[in-house]
Amino acid sequence: MNFVLNGVSTDVAAHPMTRLLDVLREECGLTGTKEGCGEGECGACTVLVNGEPVCSCIVPVVQVTGAEVLTIEGLGGTHPLQELFMSEVGAQCGICTPGMILTALTLSEAPTLDEVKTALAGNLCRCTGYSAIYRAVMKWRGTGHA
Amino acid sequence: MSAVGNSVPRKDGIGKATGAARYADDIVLPGMLHGRTIRSTIPRGRVRSITLDFDTTGFTIVDYHDVPDRNVVDLIAQDQPFLVEKEIRHMAEPILLLAHEDKETLNAARVTIEYDEDTPLFDPEQSTQFFKTITIAKGDAAAALSRADIIVEGTYRTGHQEHIYIEPNGVIAELEEGGVTIHGSVQCPFYVIKAVRCLLGPSRPVRVIQTETGGGFGGKEEYPSMLAGHAAMLALKSGRPVKMIYDRTEDMVATTKRHPSIVTHRTGLTRDGRLVAMDVEVLMDGGAYVTLSPVVLSRGCIHAAGPYRCDNISIRGRVVFTNTPPNGAFRGFGAPQTEFAVEVHMDRIAETLGMDPVSLRRINALRPGDTTATGQTLRADSSAHQVLEEAVRRTDFTRKRTEYLGSNRAIGLALFYHGAGFTGAGEKNLKSTARLVLTPTGVRIAVGSTEIGQGTRTMHAQIVTDALGIPYEDVEVAQPDTARVADSGPTVASRTCMVVGKILEECALEMRDTLGGLAPKEYYARHGSITVERMYQPPDWIQWNDDTYEGDAYATYGWGCDVAELEVDPDTFEVRPVKLTAVQEFGRPIHPALARGQIEGGTVQGLGYALLERVVMKHGAMANAQLTNYTIPTTLDTPEIDVVMLSNPYPGGPFGAKGLGELPMDGPAPAVVNALRHLKFDVREIPATPELLAAAPTLA
Repeated sequence: MNFVLNGVSTDVAAHPMTRLLDVLREECGLTGTKEGCGEGECGACTVLVNGEPVCSCIVPVVQVTGAEVLTIEGLGGTHPLQELFMSEVGAQCGICTPGMILTALTLSEAPTLDEVKTALAGNLCRCTGYSAIYRAVMKWRGTGHA
Repeated sequence: MSAVGNSVPRKDGIGKATGAARYADDIVLPGMLHGRTIRSTIPRGRVRSITLDFDTTGFTIVDYHDVPDRNVVDLIAQDQPFLVEKEIRHMAEPILLLAHEDKETLNAARVTIEYDEDTPLFDPEQSTQFFKTITIAKGDAAAALSRADIIVEGTYRTGHQEHIYIEPNGVIAELEEGGVTIHGSVQCPFYVIKAVRCLLGPSRPVRVIQTETGGGFGGKEEYPSMLAGHAAMLALKSGRPVKMIYDRTEDMVATTKRHPSIVTHRTGLTRDGRLVAMDVEVLMDGGAYVTLSPVVLSRGCIHAAGPYRCDNISIRGRVVFTNTPPNGAFRGFGAPQTEFAVEVHMDRIAETLGMDPVSLRRINALRPGDTTATGQTLRADSSAHQVLEEAVRRTDFTRKRTEYLGSNRAIGLALFYHGAGFTGAGEKNLKSTARLVLTPTGVRIAVGSTEIGQGTRTMHAQIVTDALGIPYEDVEVAQPDTARVADSGPTVASRTCMVVGKILEECALEMRDTLGGLAPKEYYARHGSITVERMYQPPDWIQWNDDTYEGDAYATYGWGCDVAELEVDPDTFEVRPVKLTAVQEFGRPIHPALARGQIEGGTVQGLGYALLERVVMKHGAMANAQLTNYTIPTTLDTPEIDVVMLSNPYPGGPFGAKGLGELPMDGPAPAVVNALRHLKFDVREIPATPELLAAAPTLA
């Protein structure tokens, strides 16, 4: 199977029904995608497939054949949202952070706070109570409106 | 610019935001096997037979016969086995361990276990086996009750709560220098050392290295000792590294939770609202083994009378055995349960007296010079009235309390406090040490205190920076590795800043003297490295009697007042929180943004405890062990959190700081339930689910 992983055409040998999460972590060695629940509830394993956030723990790898997959590693380390998650303390323990950042990337150009909350509703964080995550995202390109 | 008091860049670096930070499951060692636990499927009985229904080629199989030395998880008691020998005391108790290099083959292996079943005991009220009882007596509560103008009684219940750190428990064990090294997601590396040493015997060295840890909240305080022991045994038998990572369901079914509680109050008052007698009975469900239950009960009982002055108090607590998985440490450690009870009870007292909840608390809240239930005389760093008044003012509480009447919106508050550090003589007995090492580029902090998201690395570096008078960038923080750091005690009990931070401050001051005005780099170039190690000295005025539960229970307390504003859907009984205001005093914040994060996060965890998080136990096991049906707050369940941090420095803390981590957990549940009372729901239990509200009696 072949898909575009972080901009690079990638062949993988895994069984087609292998979870995308496992292929990314084990075959591709990209461990920035985290497993929190294994049932698509917590969002820690979120990656973008053709720009849409999906839980890679419930997607068989065959489903992304030919698609573009973006993981946290694909951002490099200098995306302003990555820096804001640290400086605004939107990341505490950090385990939800890669998924949270990838989901936030799908927001429209100037989101309201309500739009941010709705977009991030599928990503659980147990540390922050979300407020600092909103601060990071709103500082990145929010409107400042509720 | 000083580092302390400013939200300086965190020492974590960018790794958590780039995916580069290495958690336990991200580590792959050459030749590594995966481990799996076979668990009991009955809550009580004996193992009759075990049959392996799979081809065992390539498997490593461990049972209790493989225990090298002692089959007990060494904690307060030595009652819990690493692996069942014969007797089963709870569901999901570990019986057998399997390891294989291929995860799929491992997970496909089937084992049949036959049992002789016994009748399980699930009801803590029926249990006659007490892990610990505690009596606190101040004055003569019985006599004072008989003279009181008014008596108010009530019973309050709280359920289990599951930690839901987003990273489940996980460790890797590898053989090293004739012993075992554990890499893992742990709060307390030296607890793991103690337990694994007991398991493996004195001849095998044990080393524990904390990996990046995806949340703890107490859930990785004692449980990782069990998991590390399992991985160590598999590694020893196979001769290869073994990784054990729980999936979410196993983590929820098998690991510890917050103790459920039943608290009964009988309170005597004068007609004008003065507390004259408080009689409190605390019952906690410990589950099947002792774990940390005695200490959880202790903290729960000490906080059970709330932040109120009363001359006659009787508190009787017991934590009991049941055939359910052991309960253990969870942020707040017994206090959220008992402070829920007393704060809901206070609003019921106010109702009975025809008084408003603020006035009742103004009359009775503790002031400096007052004594607590254990007879501790509070010092100047006590802020019950300050947090109450600020919360009332900031939320316009009194006006809203009247204005909302008759609508589907309501407002309620809770006043609370939380003792920082270990109880009584605990810190003295712990003899925690911290170490500071001079390096070619500055200094390195070498302590066992773990970063689990709360900001340990950063906060410790700030303290050392200012005490030493060097640039923040010149302070590095060692990864907790028991071979390389001082045992600064467990990362629990809101002690990492106040206690370990204090030792580090003293280390830095001593090093500053030694440097004699030279910068660390200059001193190093001339004289080479130096190491300063110091032990914690609690304040000399602390007097505590562990037999009578009298004296200075804690060196200091954090204080809080939470206000919950919410709406209830009249058709579905769904509660929609509108705003939570958290006014908290914890000395002073070392790093305001991190401190705010603790309050926001703890408040939302408390909100989940209040409304959403219901553990359904069926035949002794958690039946809803999934995030699909054990729900924690999402963004859409979480209202605006207004945080106010008041200052009242504690002279014994670093730069005046007290402990903070647990305080925010104590207030949200009673504030929410008191808001529900404002809407006339007579709720005395959490979580206050729609089902509970639909069935709740309506107040007049």
